[in-house]
Amino acid sequence: MRRRLPEWFVLLLPAFVVVAAVVLIPLLFSLYSSFTPYKLTRPSTLWTWIGERNYERILTDWKFWAAFGRTVLFLTIALNLELLFGLGIALMVNKVTRGQRTLRTVLMFPMMFSPILVGFQFKFIFNDNVGLVNNVLQSLGSDAALPWLVDGNLAMFSILFAEIWMSTSVFAILILAGLFAMPRDPLEAAKVDGCTPWQSFRHITLPFLMPFIYIAMTIRSLDVARAYDIVQIMTGGGPARRTELLWTLMSRTGYVDAKMGLANAMGYVSILLSIAFTIFFFRKLSAARAELGMGG
Amino acid sequence: MDRNKTHRNRRRVLKGLHFFGLFLVMSIICIPGLWIILNSFRPTVEIMAKPPVWRPSFTLEHYRAMFGGAGQGGVPVFSYLWNSIVISVTSTLIAVLIGMSGGYAFARYRFKGKSGYFVGLMLFRAVPGVALSLPLFIVFAKVGIIDTHFGLILVYVAMNVPFTIWLTDGFFRQIPKELHEAAEIDGCTRWQAFWKVEFPVARSGVASAAIFAFLTSWNEFALASQLTRSVDSKTMPVGLLDFTAEFTINWGGMCALAVLMILPALILTFIVQKHLIAGLTFGGVKG
Repeated sequence: MRRRLPEWFVLLLPAFVVVAAVVLIPLLFSLYSSFTPYKLTRPSTLWTWIGERNYERILTDWKFWAAFGRTVLFLTIALNLELLFGLGIALMVNKVTRGQRTLRTVLMFPMMFSPILVGFQFKFIFNDNVGLVNNVLQSLGSDAALPWLVDGNLAMFSILFAEIWMSTSVFAILILAGLFAMPRDPLEAAKVDGCTPWQSFRHITLPFLMPFIYIAMTIRSLDVARAYDIVQIMTGGGPARRTELLWTLMSRTGYVDAKMGLANAMGYVSILLSIAFTIFFFRKLSAARAELGMGG
Repeated sequence: MDRNKTHRNRRRVLKGLHFFGLFLVMSIICIPGLWIILNSFRPTVEIMAKPPVWRPSFTLEHYRAMFGGAGQGGVPVFSYLWNSIVISVTSTLIAVLIGMSGGYAFARYRFKGKSGYFVGLMLFRAVPGVALSLPLFIVFAKVGIIDTHFGLILVYVAMNVPFTIWLTDGFFRQIPKELHEAAEIDGCTRWQAFWKVEFPVARSGVASAAIFAFLTSWNEFALASQLTRSVDSKTMPVGLLDFTAEFTINWGGMCALAVLMILPALILTFIVQKHLIAGLTFGGVKG
């Protein structure tokens, strides 16, 4: 008699198959090719094994480390500011009594924008010649056209602005949902006991919101690489590599310079980075859940 | 008396600050999008004008050029729109079906290494699109499915399945086991019990998962830009690039296409926004 597969396995099988086919196999292939000098223009190079030389090369390359450091810095600043702004916005919207639903709808607006559209939109708005920002500044009497996307620091600021504009609403909406779900009694008890608003926020509201914050962080950490679309469109990593992130460096190495082996080696570093972020927040999330007794 | 007065003044100041803060935030959120919409109706001369023109005039020139077809310097918008619709809708449907069965398995069955499988699946979602696009490009070229609908659909299904599993898992867990057990006692098969009892209860979770899957596929760029080549499969995010030339960008035309791109997403999200929030929080917190 044929042994029947367990039901859970049958149910999960399609998911495993499609993920394996589209993600796992290409990743294994890229792992292999990261040990070869593979170039798109010369397919035969795929069969030359050079060991870990690609990794050696990127790990000793300051351009790579600059991009890596910038990526980590960029993510740290962006995620922290998004959390802070999201928390602030959620608290403000929560206080509103009339028209709250409209405000919440408006909050969801940036979530529907494609990252590449956000990139174009802010490339337009920060354009030094015809952009909204410079137009306003000039109409207000400033003479100089600020080179938003041409100066290194200003370009980094513009990209951060675009990134934060796009992603803050995820935090705001999830934290707002947390505020709605919050029981009223502890807050009132704290008020009776004479807690200041800050104390009750710090010791009652915030701990309750933590799981919601970690969900938002986890969801965000799954697609931090969306920033690639924005940077690629707004500056392409320029001026003079001042906004080069890991992802733009990788795509340039792979597609423009056609050095697939080297680019795949970089790809692995970026994958590890994303996975590290995800695992970190996943663990925080389950810890926060367990603390509130929501585990299971 | 005096204390009352200062107290009231402070309340008033706080209220003013609150209102001002909200106003500021909402303007920052709205203005970029409104600016795009506004500029899609302004003639190019006016967009480029120096000093800036603040009183907008109205024209449909960009929309006319866009829908005019490739012959008149326009972009084959209809092909892009069609590709986007076919690819997003198909991949969403498939991803929801596969993800739902996976989420059900995680929510209802006990097996060894369950959380390991779960986190493993999520990690595949975390692989950056750019990093994945390099090997996928080579593999797809070998198999011969570059620049086809099928290729992109396959990619988006794989991208969306893990997140769909996460969301639906949380929803199915909310439903008490007794519900389907009762249905089975009444003579339903497990399959019938699922569709007649559990699925209707979890519907809003499935709806939110579908919206997220749809938005992801509709908006994706990093993979689509490498795996598509021509009007046969280019989606709208890739089509946006058609408005950029070496040194100039046709801002008005781009804004018009942007409006076309954002409209379906906007409408869809407004219809189901209640499910959207419920989906995210339920799936995540209680799951």
